[in-house]
Amino acid sequence: MDMDFALHLVRWLHVVSGVMWIGLLWYLNFVQVPTMPKIPDELKPAIGKHIAPAVLFWFRWSAASTVFFGLLLAWMSGYLGSSLAIGTAGGGMATALLGIAMWFGLIMAFNVWFVIWPNQKIALGIVDAPAEKKPGAARRAMLFSRTNTLLSIPMLYGMVAFQNPPF
Amino acid sequence: MKNPLESLPTTIVLGVVLTVIMVLVAQAIAV
Repeated sequence: MDMDFALHLVRWLHVVSGVMWIGLLWYLNFVQVPTMPKIPDELKPAIGKHIAPAVLFWFRWSAASTVFFGLLLAWMSGYLGSSLAIGTAGGGMATALLGIAMWFGLIMAFNVWFVIWPNQKIALGIVDAPAEKKPGAARRAMLFSRTNTLLSIPMLYGMVAFQNPPF
Repeated sequence: MKNPLESLPTTIVLGVVLTVIMVLVAQAIAV
């Protein structure tokens, strides 16, 4: 397989994984969380027991896959170091934008695996925890999910701007 | 005080503000 085709394939896998990750993040923030108060109490368990665990499965593994293929893509392209250095080691403004976006993406993936998922496991009853811990865990998961929604806006801008610099 | 991230519209506005800051920072530090 020649390098151009490998890059093409890895970039496609990065984008496909990223669409699934951010799509599910936005589903949670734009649809599920705001709709929960309007759902009748007898129907709410369907979200907590069936839909949310499935969303969170694809959510966290697509986050891991996006980061894996993203770092691989940057390494194969020869700009992993300069972008993680946020353009201070050369590469110009486009590399600086990509670097900031990469760091936002890494922070978001960390939040998914080490804050949102552990707290959702408590909130959804996937692991045993005292009932009084559930509201706090649900709130922590929601606020970090919102943080990721906030970061996703500049993160996506940086990814696009690297391909089409603004100036 | 209410956490601004509890509001989805505020979250989006903060995301756009952060995007503008990101462009200014990238412009300032890029070599």
